[in-house]
Amino acid sequence: MRTVIATALMILAAAGAARAEPSETCGAPSYLVLGDNLLQRVWAAVGKRNSLKIIVFGTTSSTLPGSDGAAEAYPAKLEAALRRNLPGVSVSVVSEARPRQTAEKMVKSFSKYLGEEKPDLAIWQTGTFDAMQGIDQREFLTSLTDGVEKLTAAGVDVILMNMQYNPRTEHIIGTEPYAENMRWVARERQVPLFDRFAIMRSWNEAGVIDLYAVTKDINIAKRLHDCIGRALSSLIIDAGRLKVIENKPQR
Amino acid sequence: MSENALALPGKPQRGPAKARLTAAGTNVAREQSVAAPVAAERDLRLDLFRGIALWLIFFDHIPSNIVNWFTIRNFGFSDATEIFIFISGYTAAFVYSKSMRERGPIIGGARILRRAWQIYVAHIFLFAIFMAQIAYFQSASNLENTIYAEEVNALDFMKHPDETIIQALLLKFKPNYMDVLPLYIVLLLLFPPILWLLQRSATIALALCVALYACAHQFNWNLQSYPSGEWFFNPLAWQLLFVFGAWCALGGAQRLSWVLRSRITLVVAAAYLLFAFAVAMTWYFPRFSVFIPRWLSDWMYPIDKTNLDVLRFTHFLALAAITVHFVPRDAGWLKSKYVRPAILCGQHSLEIFCLGVFLSFAAHFITVEYYRGWIMQIILSFAGVMIMVATAALISWYRSIERGSGPPKRTSDADLAGGQV
Repeated sequence: MRTVIATALMILAAAGAARAEPSETCGAPSYLVLGDNLLQRVWAAVGKRNSLKIIVFGTTSSTLPGSDGAAEAYPAKLEAALRRNLPGVSVSVVSEARPRQTAEKMVKSFSKYLGEEKPDLAIWQTGTFDAMQGIDQREFLTSLTDGVEKLTAAGVDVILMNMQYNPRTEHIIGTEPYAENMRWVARERQVPLFDRFAIMRSWNEAGVIDLYAVTKDINIAKRLHDCIGRALSSLIIDAGRLKVIENKPQR
Repeated sequence: MSENALALPGKPQRGPAKARLTAAGTNVAREQSVAAPVAAERDLRLDLFRGIALWLIFFDHIPSNIVNWFTIRNFGFSDATEIFIFISGYTAAFVYSKSMRERGPIIGGARILRRAWQIYVAHIFLFAIFMAQIAYFQSASNLENTIYAEEVNALDFMKHPDETIIQALLLKFKPNYMDVLPLYIVLLLLFPPILWLLQRSATIALALCVALYACAHQFNWNLQSYPSGEWFFNPLAWQLLFVFGAWCALGGAQRLSWVLRSRITLVVAAAYLLFAFAVAMTWYFPRFSVFIPRWLSDWMYPIDKTNLDVLRFTHFLALAAITVHFVPRDAGWLKSKYVRPAILCGQHSLEIFCLGVFLSFAAHFITVEYYRGWIMQIILSFAGVMIMVATAALISWYRSIERGSGPPKRTSDADLAGGQV
């Protein structure tokens, strides 16, 4: 149901000022990569220590296969985009993506990584495996809330990231109620939501990336992850109210 | 249709007091005593709104369909499912209370179970079609893409068909968008004792169902699903709406008529619908959500569809109260040819519901694989409705022929109407 929002909002977005550089987000609508919920720890880390440490908790859709998979997946691309936009800031992005993880299972693993890595920001990509397993909505909601609480209690900012958009599986995987719960928790806990579903759909509709393509061509996947990394960096910069160095070339 | 054959069209019900009540825009007044008369004319409003609900469910089941921006779920808390389940409860009570009264609880109950069996068979048939579609998808789809290495696991159930088919037969494995019929089956399985009690003491029966609803909320009672989780439509919660429909059919609507006639009810209902509309708008235009105070959103969200949130239930009640007020049972236009298509669909709801599920698969398939874009979505949505109407007309025509050649006595069998529950 909320998939409707995305398109309805496009009209608003067209009216609103485009704060994000279009090329930097592969043309994702600006309202999708702007954050009204602020990332205060990110702001403090960059402002005071001139460093930014990010951890990505995710599942298979946060990774790419192959020997160069880690370098081509969106966490690495996010790191590159942030370094481009924040020269002088030491940025590092660590990816802790594992296959077949429910939100509940991921929450259990949080404390281990938080102790080891001491990040300023956690990007939590979840929901897909829960939707495929048909995890109970209430359990999913509880896990989400627990996870966000655990991260914020540990002094870490949070960005939630929802599912991928695939026109072909819309009938097969019932992601809607899970996506709705994520939206709700993001709103409730005042953390930014990276709406991967809506962003991928807008790219697909604008012809930026052909998600219908029946191909094993890894280059499409690489392009997608590059775009996700860039769009994420826009969200972090906006929600962290960070200053982009203007005269630095964007590409 | 069998009621129509029985009743004298155009004749109001007997009893001047009751006729006045119904004319006053209240819901159907039907006697609830054991010796109630049977010759009440079918309330066309039931068929009309159920037909419309079937269309809306069809639109909503086509993912990313531009037409489903305009279905009622976008304008408030409840959606077409509530309408469908309420009217189904209403007609089930109407049809089966007669046979239970005349032939006793055993035969009456057996007929309800036979109906549950028919719906079960229909559900399994739809499941077979779904599996065929998935099998095709698997061979020709973008799921082999590196992008969708995770989503391809959604087809894991194709790897072990033994388990999948058994779980589907047990109604534990239910593919996306195939949750309504299993809900309906469980509601009918629970219905014989409830109907029996409703006929004896409607108030006690309704009170027990409210208690069950409260327990389902309080203690998280629900049925198990496969591979994990619970039913998307919790039958222990949704039974309330079904039984409430039945309660209305068996005289409850008549008892509520003073409430429904009151201006205060109307004002409260309208105010609530407006409130729900305003809240719904903040989902689409999040900028407006600042107007919702914190305490209100804390109390209100999440609005739980699985357990038929109280907000959804009351939203449906408000919709129903307004509808009953503005569409009296004897409104002339209910017989006009313009509303005939919806009424036809509503009269053959099981067939048309199943057809709608299949058509939504097909429409989604076509928009994904062949013709993309919103113009095609609109064309397919309306083509789907046309096919539903044509099929309903065909079934009506076929039944009228069958009835014409059969022994006339059969038409008085209430169970024939079971085909329309």
